[in-house]
Amino acid sequence: MIRTTPFHERLAALNETGLWEHWSNHLAATRYQMSEKFEYFAIRNSAGLFDSSPLYKYRIHGLDAERFLAGVLARDIRTCQPGHAQYTIWCDDRGFVVEDGVILRHGPSEFVLTAAEPNLAYFGELIGRMDVTIEEVSDDWAVLAVQGPRSRDLLSALAPAVGGLPYFGLTSTRIAKVPVHVSRTGFTGDLGFEVWAPAADALTVFDAIWGVSRGQGVIPIGMIALYMARIEAGLLLLDVDFHSSRFAWTDADRSTPIELGLGWMFRDLANDDREFIGGDAIRREIAGKTSRWKLSGLVVDWQDYDRIYDRAGLIPPKDHTPIQDEYYIYDDDLNQLGYATSQMYSPILQRHIALARVPLDRTAPGSRVKLELAVNHRYEYFDANVARTPLYNPERRTA
Amino acid sequence: MPKTKTTSATADRTYDAIVIGGGHNGLTNGAYLAKAGLRTLVLERRHLVGGAAITEELRPGFWFTTFSYALSLLRPDIVQDLDLVKHGFMPILMPTTFCPKEDGDYLLLGQDHGENLREIGRQSKHDADAYDAFNHDVLKVIQAIKPLLDEVPPDLFSDDPEELIALAALGQRFRKLDKKVLHDAVRLLTGSAADFLDDYFESDVLKGYLASSAIIGTKVGPYSQGSGLVLLYHILGEHDGEMGAWSFHKGGNGGFTQVLSRAAQALGAEIRLESPVERVITRNGRATGVALADGSEFYAPVVVSALDPRRTFLELVEPRELPTDLVETIQRFRFQGTSSKVNFALDGIPRYPALGDRIDQYRGFTNIGPSMEYLERAFDDAKYGWYSKRPYLDTAIQSLVDPDMAPPGKAVMSCFVQYTPYHLRESDWDAEKENLGDTVQATLESFFPGFGDLVLQREVRTPLDIERTVGLSEGNIFAGEFLAPQMFFFRPAPGWAQYRTPIDGYYQCGSGTHPGGCVMGAPGKLAAGQILKDRARAQA
Ligand SMILES: Cc1cc2nc3c(=O)[nH]c(=O)nc-3n(C[C@H](O)[C@H](O)[C@H](O)COP(=O)(O)OP(=O)(O)OC[C@H]3O[C@@H](n4cnc5c(N)ncnc54)[C@H](O)[C@@H]3O)c2cc1C
Repeated sequence: MIRTTPFHERLAALNETGLWEHWSNHLAATRYQMSEKFEYFAIRNSAGLFDSSPLYKYRIHGLDAERFLAGVLARDIRTCQPGHAQYTIWCDDRGFVVEDGVILRHGPSEFVLTAAEPNLAYFGELIGRMDVTIEEVSDDWAVLAVQGPRSRDLLSALAPAVGGLPYFGLTSTRIAKVPVHVSRTGFTGDLGFEVWAPAADALTVFDAIWGVSRGQGVIPIGMIALYMARIEAGLLLLDVDFHSSRFAWTDADRSTPIELGLGWMFRDLANDDREFIGGDAIRREIAGKTSRWKLSGLVVDWQDYDRIYDRAGLIPPKDHTPIQDEYYIYDDDLNQLGYATSQMYSPILQRHIALARVPLDRTAPGSRVKLELAVNHRYEYFDANVARTPLYNPERRTA
Repeated sequence: MPKTKTTSATADRTYDAIVIGGGHNGLTNGAYLAKAGLRTLVLERRHLVGGAAITEELRPGFWFTTFSYALSLLRPDIVQDLDLVKHGFMPILMPTTFCPKEDGDYLLLGQDHGENLREIGRQSKHDADAYDAFNHDVLKVIQAIKPLLDEVPPDLFSDDPEELIALAALGQRFRKLDKKVLHDAVRLLTGSAADFLDDYFESDVLKGYLASSAIIGTKVGPYSQGSGLVLLYHILGEHDGEMGAWSFHKGGNGGFTQVLSRAAQALGAEIRLESPVERVITRNGRATGVALADGSEFYAPVVVSALDPRRTFLELVEPRELPTDLVETIQRFRFQGTSSKVNFALDGIPRYPALGDRIDQYRGFTNIGPSMEYLERAFDDAKYGWYSKRPYLDTAIQSLVDPDMAPPGKAVMSCFVQYTPYHLRESDWDAEKENLGDTVQATLESFFPGFGDLVLQREVRTPLDIERTVGLSEGNIFAGEFLAPQMFFFRPAPGWAQYRTPIDGYYQCGSGTHPGGCVMGAPGKLAAGQILKDRARAQA
C-alpha cells in the first residue's frame, strides 16, 4: 500500500495537478502548480516548501557513537560539533561511495542520519562490540524543507533561534508550541532550512509555517522544481549522478568521492588519524591520481545551440525540465570522453547546463567538450564548456 | 555622482565614445563599446538610469514600475554578451493571463496546454484547435521575421557592393520561405489584426486578448490597417525560448536596467547621472563632443544619441547642419503618443466575483480588453482628440510573483492605459491627469467591485508626463510610431537606418532606430556594431 506523509492532508489540498510520484513508498507531489517552473522561482525569489518526510532517518546513539561514525562515515564526524549538521558519505573498502546523507549532531553521542535508501543492516553489521544503538526513526519525524531567500525571516518569526543559525547549524526550538529541530540544510543550493517535527504534530507545525507565509509568494514545491534547483547547485542525486557501490554490478557503475567532486571532504586527510572504511583507498587514489573522471558542471555554448537548431529549421527549445539520464560527451573527433548524468535549461543562468563525468584533463573550467543531443531525429554535437559547480551559488546560501 | 568640475583638465574629459541618454539602449550601447575597449561615457539627464524602464519606491515598501513593466523582446544575445546573469538578470515567469469579460465571465489561460484548450472551448468549441492552428501559423511567421531584429537593415539607397549583397541576401531569404508563411507575414505586416484574427476565431474575449497586442503603444485600433504589424512586433519576442511569451524582471523593468548599468560599469563604461546634454559639438561636419546644460564639455570622436529622432536630429544638433530632406522626414515622423500608466499601491488583492476568493489568476497580465469592439470603441474616442471613456488596460500585479515589490499582503498594480492621445482637444494633460486616473479606477471598479477600497495610492503618468520625465517626444513609448513607413529601411528616415547620421562620428541608437521600441536593446547593440565597424575601417 502506498503511504502518505504526515503533511499529506494539507499538501494534497494544495496540489492543483493531481500528479504524484512514489518516493520510498510515499506519495510525493511531482508538482503542485501547472508549471513547476513557477515553483522553481519561488525557491529563488521567495521560498518553497518541500516535504522531505519520505527520507530514511536513523537515530545513532550510545557512548561510542562518535567513534563508530568516525570509522564508518568517510567525512570526519569529529569536525561536526553538537548543534551542527554535516553533509556526508559512506564508502566501501575500495573507496567507492555507498551513499550520501545529512547527519545531525544533537549531542556529543546523539546523532540522526538521513539516507535515500534503507541502510540499517549496513550500519548495524559494523557496530561490533561498540556501545552504539541504531534505530530507524523514519516515521517519527515529518520534515519540511523551507528553501529560498525568505526562509530565514519566515521561520525566525515563529522561532527566533532560527535567525542566528549558521550554514549547517542545528537548533532545537518550538514552532506553535511544538518542540522541533531546525537545521540550516536543504537540497536547493539556496538559503534554506529543514524543520523536523514529531509526526503527530506535523499539521500544527505546517499550519504555523503556512500562516506566516501568506502574502509572501511562498508555495509548496514538488520533485521537478527541487531537481531543477539541485542541478544548478551541483547537488548529487543517487541513481542519477552516482550509484550505490553496494548494488552496482560493475566498477563502471561505481564512483569514488574524488570522482564525484567531493574531494573537499578530504582536504585535511594528512592530519586525519582516523581509520575509516575506504580511507586507505581514498588516500591511494589521491596520492596516485588514479581517479578516472570528475563530475563537473557543463554550460552549453548558446550560440552553437541556437545555430544547430536554426539550421534544422527548428526554434531552439529552452526546456527547464530536468533530464536525469545519460547523454554522451565527446572530443572534437567524436571520441567519447564521458557522459552527462543530469541536464536542463537553467532559467536563472539562461543557459543549458549539465552535470557530467569528464576526463581529468578536461576538468579545468573553460575546457571544451561536445554534448550529444538529438535534433530533428538525428544526433548533433553541441559545444559545451566545463564549469565549476555549483553553477548557481547565491551568497545568501551560506551568508 | 559628482558633478563635473570645471577645473578638470581636458584629458579627463576626453573619451573614445560618449553616449547621450542612459535608457536601456544607451546603456547597452555603452556596454558594448566599453567591452570593445573604448573609453566610454554615458551621460544621463536624470538622477537614475533606465529611461522608460525604471522602478521607483514611490511609497515605502511599494516598488512601482513607473512606465515599462514587462520583458519579451530583449535580445537573448545581449544577456550573454554582457554577462547580465552575473549582475542579477532574472526574468520571472508569468504563469497566467487573465481576461475578464463584461458579462462577469472570463478567459483564464495558464501553463497547461490541455487546460487552456478546454478554457478556450468554454468560449467557443471551434476556437480550441483554432488556437493551436493560429499559434503554429504565427510561430512560422515569427521564425521567418525574427532574424531581422538582430540585423542592420541593408541600405536601399546605396551602391556599396556590401549593401547590395545584404539586400540580395534578404530577398533570397524571403524567396525561400514557404508561400503560406510569406503570405501570412505580408498579411500581418500590412493588414489589420482584426482581419487576421477573424480568420481563426469566433470568441470575442480571445480575439480581444490577442488584438490587445496589436494596439499597444500605437494610435491604431484593431480594425485599422497596420495593427497587424504592431501585433507581429509584440509577439516576436520570447521568454526562455517560448516565442511570444512575456515575463517580469525581478524588481521590475527598472531592476533590469540596474542590472544593465552594473554590467556596463563592470565592462568599464562610466555613467554620469544628472548630466543633461544640451548639444553635440561639431567641427567641420564632424562630432567632437557634447556640451551639458551647465556649460561643461566632454570630448570624443564618437558621439551616440540614445534619444528619439526628434531630439537626435532637431534638438541636439542644428537642423541646418543636416540635409533638408532628412530634416523634413524627421519633422514628419509620427510620435502621437497615446499611452499612459496608472499605477496603484493596494491594500490587498482585488477579487473577481466569478472567481470568489481566488487570486492566482493575477500572476501575469490581466487584460481589460474583452473584445475587439471594446478596443475599437476605446480607439474611437482618441480619433477625435479625447481619451477613452472605457479605456483598454493591460494590468499586472507583479508583487504576487515578485514579493519584494510590496510589503507582505499588500500589492502594487501596474496599469498600462490606452487610448490617451498626447494632443487633447480643448484641454491639456495637466488639467485632465487626475480625471484620467478616475476613469481608469472606475473601469477597474466595474470589473473588480470594491477595487477603490483597496487603493492606498495612485500614480498617474500621462503622455505629457512621459515626455517630461523620460524625454520621449509626445510621450510615444516607442520613440516613434510603429507604422510601416517608419520601420526597417525607413526607421527613422530613408537612408539613415544604419545608426549613422550625416555628421561624421555622430550616431543614433535609441528606440527610434531599427528595430524600434520596447525593452529589447537591439538598437543599442546594432549601433555599437556599426560604430566599431566604422572605427576598424578608419584605422585600417
Ligand atoms: C508607459 C510605458 C510602458 C511601456 N511598457 C513596456 C513594456 O512593458 N515592455 C517593453 O518592452 N517596452 C515597454 N515600453 C517601451 C520601452 O520601455 C521603451 O521603448 C524603451 O524603454 C526605450 O528605451 P530607450 O533606451 O530607447 O530610450 P529611453 O528609455 O527613453 O531613454 C532615454 C534616456 O535619455 C535620457 N535623456 C533624455 N534627454 C537627455 C539629454 N538631453 N541628456 C542626457 N540624457 C537624456 C532620459 O532621461 C532617458 O533616461 C513602455 C514605454 C512606456 C513609456
